[in-house]
Amino acid sequence: MSFLSLKNLNKQFGEFTAVRDMTLSIEKGEFVSLLGPSGCGKTTTLQMIAGLLEPTSGQILLDGRDISHTPPNKRGLGIVFQSYALFPHMSALDNVAFGLEMRGVGKAERQDRARKALEQVKLGQFMHRFPKEMSGGQRQRVALARALVIEPPVLLLDEPLSNLDAKLREDMRLELRLLQQEIGVTTILVTHDQEEALSMSDRIVVMKDGEMEQIAAPLDLYERPVSPFVSDFVGKTNLFDAQIIDADHVKVADHVLLLPAHGMPAGASMQLSIRPEKFALSPEGDGDEVQVEAAIFHGANWLYRVRGAMGELFVTQPNTGAPGFARGQTARLNWPDGALSMFAEAS
Amino acid sequence: MASSANRAAWAMTAPGVIFFAALLGAPMIMTFLLSLHAYDFNAGVLPDWTLANYADVLGDSYFHKIFLRTFGLAALVTVICVLIGAPEAYVLSRLQNPWKSIFLLVVLGPLLISVVVRTLGWALFFGGNGILTMIAQGLGFSDEPVSLMFTFAGMTIALVHVLVPFMVISVWASLQKIDPQSEDAAWTLGASKLTVLRRITLPQAMPGILSGSIIVFALTVSAFATPAIIGGRRMKVVATAAYDEYLSTLNWPLGATIAVLLLVANVVIIVTYNKLVERRFAKVFE
Repeated sequence: MSFLSLKNLNKQFGEFTAVRDMTLSIEKGEFVSLLGPSGCGKTTTLQMIAGLLEPTSGQILLDGRDISHTPPNKRGLGIVFQSYALFPHMSALDNVAFGLEMRGVGKAERQDRARKALEQVKLGQFMHRFPKEMSGGQRQRVALARALVIEPPVLLLDEPLSNLDAKLREDMRLELRLLQQEIGVTTILVTHDQEEALSMSDRIVVMKDGEMEQIAAPLDLYERPVSPFVSDFVGKTNLFDAQIIDADHVKVADHVLLLPAHGMPAGASMQLSIRPEKFALSPEGDGDEVQVEAAIFHGANWLYRVRGAMGELFVTQPNTGAPGFARGQTARLNWPDGALSMFAEAS
Repeated sequence: MASSANRAAWAMTAPGVIFFAALLGAPMIMTFLLSLHAYDFNAGVLPDWTLANYADVLGDSYFHKIFLRTFGLAALVTVICVLIGAPEAYVLSRLQNPWKSIFLLVVLGPLLISVVVRTLGWALFFGGNGILTMIAQGLGFSDEPVSLMFTFAGMTIALVHVLVPFMVISVWASLQKIDPQSEDAAWTLGASKLTVLRRITLPQAMPGILSGSIIVFALTVSAFATPAIIGGRRMKVVATAAYDEYLSTLNWPLGATIAVLLLVANVVIIVTYNKLVERRFAKVFE
């Protein structure tokens, strides 16, 4: 019996279907991300769970109880909004204490609990500040403390890190994940940032046009995407069209590749995907000959654009401290078996 | 650097400063100087200086009554404008287009019509054989003609009608700045819709309500056309009293004194109020 489950959830806005037939089971303590481009229905799904939107059809069950039509103030879920949605006319402490006050917790106790919640997010010394006197990162923490202090059964995060700058965002990912594991609160994160989803989640639900495209653990999702869309959206990839020649060979552009056990009939079309970091680029030896067309240094690694018999490819190589390949240089390209993902041609 | 930037700033504001100094400052100073002269019904304005006019106005219960009536009227009109305008702005902000635009136009529409024309409309409505009488008699409330002309209630109603759009615009502006997610957040934290309105929306709309109050109060205190037409001679306010001193009694110095006292009282009230508001909300809003 799962803790939170969505059953055939649908949401329609007039003619437009925002979420179609969504069925998902989430275990207690699990961290699940809804990942997808804007307009894929992930925020709509979150708002239905929160109770801010009524589902057109389908059910939401929390701990066996049907909450599909319970108003949000009776659901008791903790939500961190994209804009943080702090109350500008209240101090950080009053913001956090608000949910407790609504639950009828006495003044002394709620102040005490709100203070502890703020200390938990390392804002103990800022509790009397007003939102406008705080930085984006601090506001974000207040919003998190406000959502957690009510000890919600489920924590909903709506793009909580998207308004932070890159460095802070990375720090907060780790901090948020550690806090979530420490408290053990069941969490649903909505994000369009694949790195965020990969780094924080137990499971990721990739959504596209209101439907679920794939549900998988981060590593599985990255290594075994079920569609070109997923492989392109989650991480970087090289995608190319291929024709099946025989049981062990496929043709990409004019280049014949060995691809054992693909299980497709000869003459069929398919798409192949390979991640840039799966390649090995060496100055000489075996492998396909490629020309380095562009070389970009990223610090931890190099990004190359190379051209060979298969066409244009993106290749990343770790920075070993030695100089990388230069533009115009010729190199040899190799990849291990199993690095290629295959997708039957999308109809 | 600093001094040259300073000089440029002075140079650029100079035309505006000269404009206001010449066209606003000078008449006000002249009015003030005029109020310090004595007046004689046979000889007109006398050249000697005196504070007698101020002593007259401040010591005369007739003027006390007029000043009290004016500020009482302003306070009442302001309160009613808040009670009507704030909910109206809230409802407007919740409407979807095209209704939002249509109703905003309906609310602001009266501003497009001259105050005199609108007030004359109210006069037709309030008058002894006007629409109000027809309604009251038709419904059997009264056999006599019902008139609100030359009454405090009549002035209040007409001024509220004239001034409520200012309150709506002002509250509307601050409602537009509210993050709708902050209301959602309160709702999901367990607050009922009514609690959200009271604890989250209303405090955030407060700056608009307060600045709207200042506008309405100041405009009521200095209103002339509406009190002149609806209140007339029987229900004088400070502005119409000053006008009468100038044009009926021809006692210009006394009229000037009344005008100066009105200005001072108005400035004192509004500045005090603004100070209180700023202290209360400085921490909350930019």
